[in-house]
Amino acid sequence: MTTLFYIEHNNGKISDQSLKAITATTNIEGDVHGLIVGSNISDAVAEASKISGLNKLLHVDDEAFDNVLAEKLTQVMLNVANDYDYFLAAATTTGKNVMPRLAAKLDVSQISEIVSVESADTFIRTIYAGNAIATVQTTDAKKVLTVRPTAFKAATTDSAECEVVNITAENIPSISEFIGEELTKSDRPELTSAKTIISGGRGMQNGENFELLDKVAEKLGAAVGASRAAVDAGFVPNDYQVGQTGKVVAPELYIAVGISGAIQHLAGMKDSKVIVAINKDEEAPIFDVADYGLVADLFQVLPELEQAL
Amino acid sequence: MKILVPVKRVIDPYVNIRVKSDQTGVETENVKMSMNPFCEIAVEEAIRIKEAGKAEEIIAVSIGNQSCQETIRTALAMGADRGIHVLTEERVEPISVAKILAKICESESPGLIISGKQAIDGDNNQTGQMLAALTDMPQGTFASKIEIDGEKVKVTREIDGGLQTVNLNMPAIITTDLRLNEPRYASLPNIMKAKKKPIDQKSPEDFGINVSPRVNILKVIEPPKRQAGIKVESIEELVEKLKSEAGVI
Ligand SMILES: Cc1cc2nc3c(=O)[nH]c(=O)nc-3n(C[C@H](O)[C@H](O)[C@H](O)COP(=O)(O)OP(=O)(O)OC[C@H]3O[C@@H](n4cnc5c(N)ncnc54)[C@H](O)[C@@H]3O)c2cc1C
Repeated sequence: MTTLFYIEHNNGKISDQSLKAITATTNIEGDVHGLIVGSNISDAVAEASKISGLNKLLHVDDEAFDNVLAEKLTQVMLNVANDYDYFLAAATTTGKNVMPRLAAKLDVSQISEIVSVESADTFIRTIYAGNAIATVQTTDAKKVLTVRPTAFKAATTDSAECEVVNITAENIPSISEFIGEELTKSDRPELTSAKTIISGGRGMQNGENFELLDKVAEKLGAAVGASRAAVDAGFVPNDYQVGQTGKVVAPELYIAVGISGAIQHLAGMKDSKVIVAINKDEEAPIFDVADYGLVADLFQVLPELEQAL
Repeated sequence: MKILVPVKRVIDPYVNIRVKSDQTGVETENVKMSMNPFCEIAVEEAIRIKEAGKAEEIIAVSIGNQSCQETIRTALAMGADRGIHVLTEERVEPISVAKILAKICESESPGLIISGKQAIDGDNNQTGQMLAALTDMPQGTFASKIEIDGEKVKVTREIDGGLQTVNLNMPAIITTDLRLNEPRYASLPNIMKAKKKPIDQKSPEDFGINVSPRVNILKVIEPPKRQAGIKVESIEELVEKLKSEAGVI
């Protein structure tokens, strides 16, 4: 058995999401090969080659992969697919974009966002916004899986360097074109890797008021997140959204401010170690999952919280 | 141009999900069903493109049991022109849905296929990408903006770091994210009119597709319940607890 794992990177660093997801391969027998793409990424390649458990690293050193498009990356994996039994990636927007395309090309029924590897063909994943947990067994010979990073501990990157092999990208289709990216700039840690998160909901009333959260986040070294309602209303960009259809997070501390606690929001944060809820409605469902609840007006207590830290 | 919109019937997003005691799945008897919210967004977007004069016909497709006709009727009431219902009692996996849709694409030759990014029951997020693979079309997943320009479609995508824009050759596949639009409600006259719109009934066999599941569901259980904790009276008490009791700050 051999596994191909797609490794994401940005700004010369391996993505924390990939480092967590690759840990799922420790329960799969056989060698693990990494795949990394992009030109001028020697730092990322060097770091990737030292990921614990990795036996070999394939590198596509090609400008065409400086921005990853599903049509192109799928073809790269297809070109080497005969050599592999398992294909894995983190369930990021890139993993979710690419892996089903690969699965269909291989005529495989993909298993999405696994949280556990039970055996060679059996995996656990959540369905219905985390309201049910399914154990599923695939009958496909080749397996294509995406992995929910929060369910795994990050692999270390201090092993001896593994072999790095440059591969060329052949038969790459040109049916799509990258135009540009508008990435949200922030001095705060990334939502999915932050140890502490403070999120705001509709109760924040507008985008300017998110500054109240920023100030607390600054003191705590926390990331700032949001509910769907806050994103839909335009208070904050889409990449702040925590939930069933946004990001899944599991920090040490999650502080929900002015968020009611709809099931779709809980799906993205209920595995946090400690949950704090600040809401003026004592009946809000968020209090059912909160370790510490404070029934209060957020506009009064957020400045107090900032002061107290 | 034709636009094909696959629509899925799912348990309504605001229903409390109950896991069956025999661990075979979740309770669906006497439970309110709705069109998957992301599919509603897809139908709405197709209608807006047609209203802008860039498409002539919208075809809504649903695959599943007899009740899926209702879901197709909802799409027709919103403004789709005709429906295709592929009748099956099987649990149809995304790969099989994609195979059937690929066959329909062969005969209908749509210029765009707009689907939801994920169905809120299985949370798989696969079908659109799989259909793109099977038809060798480009894909614009998690779309928050769609602009058609001649033979190309520009798609703004919601990605983990923000937004990404790609340009796709048409025909292309787009999957919807939440910010693409706010779906309309069907008006009563349109609901009445929808009753007269045609729905073509097919079976997976008509397309030569075997939809037997490849993934067996061994067991479905409830997630561990989180216990509600305590209420604190003040920020001072909260900070004290987080420091000394929880040890997280
Ligand atoms: C298909 C689908 C997918 C979805 N995906 C997601 C998702 O990924 N993530 C997500 O979050 N949601 C998602 N939702 C939406 C979800 O159902 C809820 O609508 C949303 O989470 C509500 O956001 P909210 O809690 O901010 O707003 P509300 O429910 O309006 O709650 C606002 C809260 O703020 C409190 N409040 C108001 N003013 C104050 C004040 N001054 N001080 C203190 N408290 C105050 C109120 O008491 C209330 O509890 C999805 C829905 C659907 C249908």
